[in-house]
Amino acid sequence: MSHRFRHLLGIEPLDAAQITFLLDQAKPFQEFQRHPLKKLATLRGKTVALLFFESSTRTRISFATAAARLGADTMNLQAESSSLKKGESLVDTVHTLLAMKPDAIVMRHSSSGAAELVAARVDVPVINAGDGLHEHPTQALLDALTIRDRRGKLEGCKITIFGDILHSRVARSNIHLLSKFGAQITLCGPAMWLPRELECLAPNIRLVPRLEEALKGAEVVMALRIQQERLHEPSLPAEEYILNYQLTPARLRLASPDAIVMHPGPMIRGLEIDPAVADSPQSCVLEQVTNGLAVRMAILFELIAGSAEPKEQAKDSSHAAD
Amino acid sequence: MHVVEKRQLMSAVEIPRTLDRLAHEIVEKSGGAKDLALIGVRRRGIPLAERLAKIIRASSRAQVPVGTLDITLYRDDLSTVAPQPVVQASEIPFAIDGSDILLVDDVLYTGRTVRAAMNGLFDLGRPRRIRLCVLIDRGHRELPVEATFVGRSVETSDTEIIEVRLQEIDHDERVMVMDRVD
Repeated sequence: MSHRFRHLLGIEPLDAAQITFLLDQAKPFQEFQRHPLKKLATLRGKTVALLFFESSTRTRISFATAAARLGADTMNLQAESSSLKKGESLVDTVHTLLAMKPDAIVMRHSSSGAAELVAARVDVPVINAGDGLHEHPTQALLDALTIRDRRGKLEGCKITIFGDILHSRVARSNIHLLSKFGAQITLCGPAMWLPRELECLAPNIRLVPRLEEALKGAEVVMALRIQQERLHEPSLPAEEYILNYQLTPARLRLASPDAIVMHPGPMIRGLEIDPAVADSPQSCVLEQVTNGLAVRMAILFELIAGSAEPKEQAKDSSHAAD
Repeated sequence: MHVVEKRQLMSAVEIPRTLDRLAHEIVEKSGGAKDLALIGVRRRGIPLAERLAKIIRASSRAQVPVGTLDITLYRDDLSTVAPQPVVQASEIPFAIDGSDILLVDDVLYTGRTVRAAMNGLFDLGRPRRIRLCVLIDRGHRELPVEATFVGRSVETSDTEIIEVRLQEIDHDERVMVMDRVD
């Protein structure tokens, strides 16, 4: 059974069946990463515009590689060199780009809702690569794929997400996704990064200020990146954060014995995560990166290959419906 | 637009009988099938390949591994096919390099599916040779593709559709010619 997707702006509007479909579509692309020749002609002649108004290396490279492996070309716009610095509005920037006829737009922006604003004004698929504090849907999908592969299933997962939850779109997308599969979600972090309103995001969320308490029985432990600019005297010095919230081997032992450790990256060893934990067999961070490629290839394929209106009954259509 | 059955081409008895004959032909023309590997294309080629392999193994002592190939990513007509294409995994549990491959599919028509299958195979390695086995050849080739082993050749018109039903997928077993009706 297939689903139709016009854009991928967030996880919140999707249901569990649609998410499962996308994860299943990513599986053949996981296998593809092991091929000797990593080049398809599926999206040959298509162009994917990478509009990154916020700086990013990993996500941008991941999308660029996904597009290239599908045979597509990319157009690269980066904040530092962008016309935004000269005062051009977002909508004008996008319209200028559209005049060059891209087949899809992948966008990262520092304002929540930016991707939706653009999607409403263009007639090509838009993929949200992170908008402000709002959502980062492909990250949640690759996290879900990693969890499903390691655990066997997503349903009823006991996950603890800790760190700067308030400012994390990764956390929000993951909360939306996993709650649709009946996950029990525990959020943990310093009080100033753990507002009560987070409880309203989904059913079955608990807020726990102490990491030791939050980790008890967790099957998935997700460490969030700490932006060092946010760690300053007197509110929360780095040393105090490390003392109370670093994921150490001792703290990890409080979780389920086969718990997996995840991190969206980039990790700061010695800050939110102890190097021994980062390198342990329980750590999935590198799998997350590989799965990110598979997920992004699946999304680009689904949105671009699925966006054309069927022109006529294909000759082999009785075959094609298989 | 819907389809209406025009006539039956093969019955539940004739399909296995044809596969039996094909399997023996394959063994005969493969020098004993020692290095032979079968690859079933997308959906209905897969149970056909599995059935053929079973018969070949029974009559020749060759291993005859079976792989499956999904060609969605190699199609040349993505924009004209179903509204949202669905990719599935291909599983080929043997090395492609130097292999003697027999592609198996239910119907050979324009030849585009086979072209896509070959592209997929070449991405995985360099086979020694590729041959094709189909249950039905309905003509109307649009590419220079031919099947070495054919269950039955049928003359059809462009408005007709060949529908193959197999137990493993459709819980039914027959081949029909259908007409497109507006």
